[in-house]
Amino acid sequence: MLGTGLLVFREVLEAALIVSIVFAATRGVAARGRWVGSGIVVGVVGALLVAIFADTLASAISGIGQELFNASVLLAAVVMIAWHAIWMASHGRELATQMKAVGGAVQSGSRPLSALLIVVAVAVLREGSEVVLFLYGQAASGAGPVEIAGGIALGVIGGVAVGFLLYFGLLGIPMRHFFSATNWLMLLLAAGLASQAAGFLIQADILPALGNRVWDTSSLLSDASLLGKTLHTLIGYDARPAGMQLLFYAITAVAIALGMKMWGNVGARTRSAAS
Amino acid sequence: MFRSVCLFALIVAAPLAQAQQHEARLVIRDHKFEPAELNVPAAQKIKLLVENQDATPEEFESSELNREKVVVGKGTITIFIGPLDPGRYPFFGDFHQETAQGVLVVK
Repeated sequence: MLGTGLLVFREVLEAALIVSIVFAATRGVAARGRWVGSGIVVGVVGALLVAIFADTLASAISGIGQELFNASVLLAAVVMIAWHAIWMASHGRELATQMKAVGGAVQSGSRPLSALLIVVAVAVLREGSEVVLFLYGQAASGAGPVEIAGGIALGVIGGVAVGFLLYFGLLGIPMRHFFSATNWLMLLLAAGLASQAAGFLIQADILPALGNRVWDTSSLLSDASLLGKTLHTLIGYDARPAGMQLLFYAITAVAIALGMKMWGNVGARTRSAAS
Repeated sequence: MFRSVCLFALIVAAPLAQAQQHEARLVIRDHKFEPAELNVPAAQKIKLLVENQDATPEEFESSELNREKVVVGKGTITIFIGPLDPGRYPFFGDFHQETAQGVLVVK
């Protein structure tokens, strides 16, 4: 049960960290629970579908279907985060002021919450499909229902608990800086996901690695350790990154930062001109 | 714009990287890798085929090689690796880590 719980925990943790950041970033939005909840439901259903069709997916497109699928959903999440981050950069200050004034929920307005639904769904789908395949294998090799249910319970409770810790930790950031902090976190998250996408495209031999190992920091912080895994999810930490991954990381981070700067200023100017 | 220039450069450069390629094969049976030590040449791109003869799914994973890919029961996957420097690169089956352990020996 402990072994099963541990694997489930590792996968749930990755998804829970992403959901926590999204939940923090949507602080004050009235309907956020519904949006994030829907994202989780879509993700779970997607995970089941991916697991059921794993065979078809694996053999698709001469054997690189799995990598193409992973890279596509990751890049879709990157685009959604970019869209939301840039929107927030131009509306975040006004949102924080509004929240301080009314002391509670504000309307979501034109905010692209559907973008975040997709980000949550992608996170849950990717980790969830691995859990489903693993548990299916456990069941097929004779693990009992108690072992499996217990493993799921341990893993989910553990993973979600760490997610909550991160969430409440983030709530400790002063309101003045809150949305710019979550926005930067989202930027790093997106850059990390882009780097993972590049990893899959290298594995499928679609993109050249541009250096298999640009550096190796595994002796300082291994990818397999809990901290390494957490940082891998949050900011895209990779102990042995390929050159192409670094390129994807840098391009994504710079593109979102520039977008935030440009539209952020434009938004602030328009609003001060209007008032 | 910069992005599309990069992408274009990559598409042009990609075939050049595929000059030399070595094919290697691994089998998963009873949640173990066979052979547990697989020898491959250094400085060549490696096309690694992993055939899962078990009925249950497995995930080929290696942090040393920076690779992970699910292989369903009775399925075969292809993973591209390298070119690598000489050395030992451990890999494992994520779903059966107690038994599914192996090393890629690059010479």
